[in-house]
Amino acid sequence: MNRRAILAIVRRDLLTVSRSKGVMYPLIIVPLILMVAMPAALGYFMPASTRAPNVNIGELEQFLAQMPATLQAQFATYTLEQQLIVYMLLYMFAPLFLVMPLMVSTVIAADSFAGEKERKTLEALIYTPTSDMELFVGKLLSGWLPAMAVSLISFVLYGVSANLSAWPTMQHIFFPNAMWLVLVFWVTPGAAALGMGAAVLVSSRVSTFQEAYQLSSIVVIPIVLLVLVQALGVIYLSVALTVALGVVIWIAAVALLWWGVRTFRRNEIIARW
Amino acid sequence: MTAQASAVIVTKGLTRRFGALTAVDSLDLVIEQGEVLGFLGHNGAGKTTTVRLLNGVLTASAGQARVLGLDPASDGVALRRRTGVLTETPSLDERLTAREQLAIYADLYDVPRSQVSARVDELLEAFQLADRGDDRVSGYSKGMRQRLALARSFLHKPELLFLDEPTSGLDPVSTRQVHTLIREQSRSGDHTVFLCTHNLEEAQRLCHRVAVLEHGRLVAIGAPAELGRNLWQGVRLEVETSPACVELASSVIHAFPAARDVTLAEDRPILTLALADREQIPQLVERLAAAGAPLYRLDPQEPTLEDVYFALHGEQEATR
Repeated sequence: MNRRAILAIVRRDLLTVSRSKGVMYPLIIVPLILMVAMPAALGYFMPASTRAPNVNIGELEQFLAQMPATLQAQFATYTLEQQLIVYMLLYMFAPLFLVMPLMVSTVIAADSFAGEKERKTLEALIYTPTSDMELFVGKLLSGWLPAMAVSLISFVLYGVSANLSAWPTMQHIFFPNAMWLVLVFWVTPGAAALGMGAAVLVSSRVSTFQEAYQLSSIVVIPIVLLVLVQALGVIYLSVALTVALGVVIWIAAVALLWWGVRTFRRNEIIARW
Repeated sequence: MTAQASAVIVTKGLTRRFGALTAVDSLDLVIEQGEVLGFLGHNGAGKTTTVRLLNGVLTASAGQARVLGLDPASDGVALRRRTGVLTETPSLDERLTAREQLAIYADLYDVPRSQVSARVDELLEAFQLADRGDDRVSGYSKGMRQRLALARSFLHKPELLFLDEPTSGLDPVSTRQVHTLIREQSRSGDHTVFLCTHNLEEAQRLCHRVAVLEHGRLVAIGAPAELGRNLWQGVRLEVETSPACVELASSVIHAFPAARDVTLAEDRPILTLALADREQIPQLVERLAAAGAPLYRLDPQEPTLEDVYFALHGEQEATR
């Protein structure tokens, strides 16, 4: 593998992406809302909400009592306010965090594959002395690296935002726990790869960035379902379940990328133009 | 396939089909080192597909090719290291500057790291882009984009250049500059240029030989003058008469059954026409003399590539 050529493709794509407002705005705004503003608001206002006159404390206690035993054991030493904060900021937000790698990778991959087709800029790249695999790896890294960077920065911002806003109630640093570390360092890279794989698959069948981005965003649906089933108390993201979730995501990502490697052929791409 | 020692491109029965469409049909070509070959044909004739096949970015449905001694299908990476391609559309990244694009492609073409900066500066200077080298391409005119795309194809000093409509959209000064560059490339004898063009005058001016492609098939190949002699049996004439007798001469020529494409110069008593055969010239002279139209000058012109091209094109259309 020609590392210099791969890095040149990554540099080219990152420069291109970083200068597109249509790509950069969602990459900046979504993490700020989801990973900074929302946890800050929840951490700050949630304890006060339990003291609101129309809140039925009994219902809240009943809801928390439905949580799995291991979670309840963890909550045992916490006040009701602290339990709500830990539940919301440690568990309910965990699946939402996966939106970061998925969103970033699909946005960039859609721009990198379908967008390039739309702008007619791929042909010059195709005539370079790079192999199909080098081209593919270069384009994958162009999406995967920023997805990981945005996710890691979001993780740090989220940690700061959650701990600071909840400090008056928690009085200690409660974030991250082991499950979050598994989520960030095991599941997130897989989710970023899954987003890339989905975008590559979709980009081979559509011709514009918008179409590719909208269609490949479907991969976010399982994440929304995960948030729902957790909110309903059906499951919660324990360390074991997060590891298992990572395995499923990695299998799906590898399958999609394996398909992508097999179909990303100059010959095929050129023939379809 | 046996290739001649000095041949840079050799194809034998090279064919590419897309479903029912045969884009390139049994192409047999031998192109020598240092040659500038003009590849002529209308849109969709198969020129771009041929360039893709010869660079190993598209596989052939049938036939064989050797380019710089390599098989494009299996040695594509090694081959593309030695070829430079100017694609039909400039294929530039609008959001990057010219300097960034050239530096990135220098990495892709493995230009030695220590030479990248100097080479980029040299090309920006040579293609008159130095003062706009740090501007994004989105603000470039069509001509500037074409010059940048050309500079990119020269970046790694390729032995074989494929230029697809290199002067499309260029002003006359830039066009002349590109022609000079193409001539310089071939002058040393080390570089070969495969020039796809619609511009017949450009092909006539620059190319040692031209190949005419029609619906994927090679219908003629040879030096422009040689093709003219072999393929265009007719003759184009310039007839100068006295100003007072222009109308008379014009009516005689129009009435001459073999005369075609008769035109009168706006400001001079000169008529141009085409005859299918040189043998018809004496008959025309006799008729003009009999009508009393004085003949000051009668000048048979060498057939242009355009004459040959349209003669071939008409022939092909007639056989379809």
